[in-house]
Amino acid sequence: MADARTEILNRIRAAKVAPAGPTPRDYRRTGEGGVELFAERVADYRAIVHAVSDVPAKLRELLVGKRIVAPAGLPADWLVDGVEWLTEPLSTEDLDQADGVLTNCAAAIADTGTIVLDAGAGQGRRALTLLPDYHVCVVRTDQVAASVPEALERLDPLRPLTFISGPSATSDIELNRVEGVHGPRTLEVLIT
Amino acid sequence: MARNPVTWLGSPTFPNAARTALADTQLRQNLRKATGTIRARRASAVAEMPDWEALRLSGEAIKNDVLSRLEVLLPQLEEAVTARGGTVHWARDAEEANAIVLRLCRENDATEVVKVKSMATAEIGLNEALEEGGVHAIETDLAELIVQLGDDRPSHILVPAIHRNRSEIREIFQRRMGISVSDEPADLAEAARLYLRQKFLTTKVAVSGANFAVADTGSIVVLESEGNGRMCLTLPDTLITVMGIEKLVPTWQDLEVFLQLLPRSSTAERMNPYTSVWTGVTPGDGPQQFHLILLDNGRTASLKDTVGRQALRCIRCSACLNVCPVYERTGGQSYGSVYPGPIGAILTPQLVGDMHDKQAASLPYASSLCGACFEVCPVRIDIPSVLTHLRAEAVTAKGRSPESVAMAAAAWMFRDAKRYERAQKLGALARLLARNGKITSLPWPGSKWTSSRDVPAPPAESFREWWRKNRG
Amino acid sequence: MKVALFATCLTDTFYPSTAKAVVRLLERLGCEVSFPLEQTCCGQMHFNTGYRSHSVPLARQYTEVFESFDHVVAPSGSCAGMVREVYPTLGVSPVPTHELSEFLVDVLGVTDVGAWFPHRVTYHPTCHSLRMLGVGDKPLKLLSAVRALDLVELPAAETCCGFGGTFAIKNAETSTAMLADKMRCVLDTGAEVLSAGDNSCLMHIGGGLSRLKAGVRTVHLAEILASTEEDPWRATP
Repeated sequence: MADARTEILNRIRAAKVAPAGPTPRDYRRTGEGGVELFAERVADYRAIVHAVSDVPAKLRELLVGKRIVAPAGLPADWLVDGVEWLTEPLSTEDLDQADGVLTNCAAAIADTGTIVLDAGAGQGRRALTLLPDYHVCVVRTDQVAASVPEALERLDPLRPLTFISGPSATSDIELNRVEGVHGPRTLEVLIT
Repeated sequence: MARNPVTWLGSPTFPNAARTALADTQLRQNLRKATGTIRARRASAVAEMPDWEALRLSGEAIKNDVLSRLEVLLPQLEEAVTARGGTVHWARDAEEANAIVLRLCRENDATEVVKVKSMATAEIGLNEALEEGGVHAIETDLAELIVQLGDDRPSHILVPAIHRNRSEIREIFQRRMGISVSDEPADLAEAARLYLRQKFLTTKVAVSGANFAVADTGSIVVLESEGNGRMCLTLPDTLITVMGIEKLVPTWQDLEVFLQLLPRSSTAERMNPYTSVWTGVTPGDGPQQFHLILLDNGRTASLKDTVGRQALRCIRCSACLNVCPVYERTGGQSYGSVYPGPIGAILTPQLVGDMHDKQAASLPYASSLCGACFEVCPVRIDIPSVLTHLRAEAVTAKGRSPESVAMAAAAWMFRDAKRYERAQKLGALARLLARNGKITSLPWPGSKWTSSRDVPAPPAESFREWWRKNRG
Repeated sequence: MKVALFATCLTDTFYPSTAKAVVRLLERLGCEVSFPLEQTCCGQMHFNTGYRSHSVPLARQYTEVFESFDHVVAPSGSCAGMVREVYPTLGVSPVPTHELSEFLVDVLGVTDVGAWFPHRVTYHPTCHSLRMLGVGDKPLKLLSAVRALDLVELPAAETCCGFGGTFAIKNAETSTAMLADKMRCVLDTGAEVLSAGDNSCLMHIGGGLSRLKAGVRTVHLAEILASTEEDPWRATP
């Protein structure tokens, strides 16, 4: 008997599916929405949104007295005094017991109110933004893409990506959205 | 060959299962409320998109392209995943896929695995197979957990516990978790969080499905809401992903279509809370062992069917369930499969691949052909056309029956206007059964009609008789 | 304009008043109506139940009977849908066949057909008219122009009534559950008359309402549009 791979590919060949025609792409690839729409739509998910000009000042206001995970590569002036910054190496238990995590992001999407992390500098490996119950994410206005297609163009699919649209939620009870399950229950977005 | 576990052994045919479900008033109330809520929310999420129809057309075309090029795209995906440190396995059927997962668990000395909600693993009965092999699978999606703890069966693609309301969920959680909790959805979600937290932090092997796999980059995509997916995809050392061979998209760019179609169609959100994308293994981040199992389990048989194969475009959004008037009343378990509702009625019989199976053959008839499913399908699966196509297969498989004899007689009668008119006149004698212009009771199979509806008495004169007299 | 009437087997046999109303209405609007007596059934019941091979000769027969006409009008969305949407998949080229409201609005270009109908009416749009043919709000436009008619909106109008041809027999309990919900919506409107463009759905809903002795009558759209002050609609006994 042939191995599974050979047999499945033989079955596919035997099905003789005719080539499909060209793919129409008449949908909008760009959008008009900017930072304002992004802020509005992130807030729709019950995330907390701030437009800030002085990031360190805002961070001081939000984080002083807390134990916050700081991935490598954050701007030095964000690591304000009065916060206990937790840096790698961190165990799963360390992350679980942290009060929160501070990151930047790789891109954001106005149409859908989404931020995207790509585990780059200032974000760290994926677990860092998953286990702490509170996530503060700083988004630069030039990082906000209007549409999903524009955002995907900016991203490298070979990096581990996490698209985040609001705090963790579920619709599993009577199909109504409830915020706060396994992922961070509080998402605070700073737009600068 | 072993039977395909996509249908549950011993399930009654759809009409019989539906009869039981219809008698359950709590179930009907729960379903009416849940589907009503999601229908309205989906409609407004879609109304926000002026290019929705263009997205649907692209979604349909991309998936048709995938189905026509699987022979090229699957090896391309395999190569890309392998190049990035993943291992690709191929499974002809459920049994083979389950054996691979079990072997991988044993190689990693795992007696427990955490699972992200996945239709492919539900379809192959993975949890049961693992249990038999001494490995306990822990469902981490809230609805799957409700089903698992309630020793229940799923009834919806997206929300397998849709048939349970908050107070029933509370009862299950109190009984199985040994806790006291209110029936507030937020408290129930919190209970699930606490219950699963240690499992996430300590379990070494995770099993997931895939919403999409990008052939040219080898990237796998999982959409979810709760963060349980991220937990499973990030924390364990080993990740095993089981995906149907049709889950591909050719390029990264193609994903832009589906990331717009799927969330609005399924949870009626602009975007679901979390989408994870990973490509093979990333050193220092996430599982350092990644296995991808490519599953056939009846898909290539469906691929041969020029009409039926469009069911393989399905992206498992469950919009068709939420708008289906039959599903709303009978619930998902009546379909006897992990794939209920309109998509189940066309997908399940194809995966079973045997129209002599009475339960599977009854599924294409579980529809009034109202077409609401086709209207909402984000990849434009013409479900009503596939239903009538599969009904024809069911009729062929059944051969001679009282129904086929009656249908042949009716067709013979209709093929000639004179025979038709004679039958009309004979039928008009049914007036003799009528009182006050209506008939309230007919013999079988007419009794199926008159059990709840009157029949108008045929008039003394048909239209054609009137026409002949007055205009002929 | 010359048009052929495809009465449909159900209307020909059980609801001659509907077919007569179509004739009266179209003639009033200046059409010359023919009724080829060789017509029988479009084959929809066979096709939808899985007896595709039996539906093919009926489709060919339909085409032979009507191919010499520029326009065929049918007082049924589902039969017109069968001809237009399904015949091509059976390898039979369809004769241009219109559901009544489409013919009036699209071909004749009228929405006010000069009708008079002094009753409170609600309208069920029927699935195949709505989703297979896409007639949209044409029937409602026609009804809105009827003098003395009080049109009330039907809640959940677009939900199937549960007829579905042999579905009503094969899945009788589910069909009945759908019917019960449809009837509740109809009764909630307080209408005296439920109208639709398809006698099959009306037979189903009307059969249920009759069993309930609900006092709501079912009247095909054609009969409302044919009704005038001079020649008003009368209930057939």
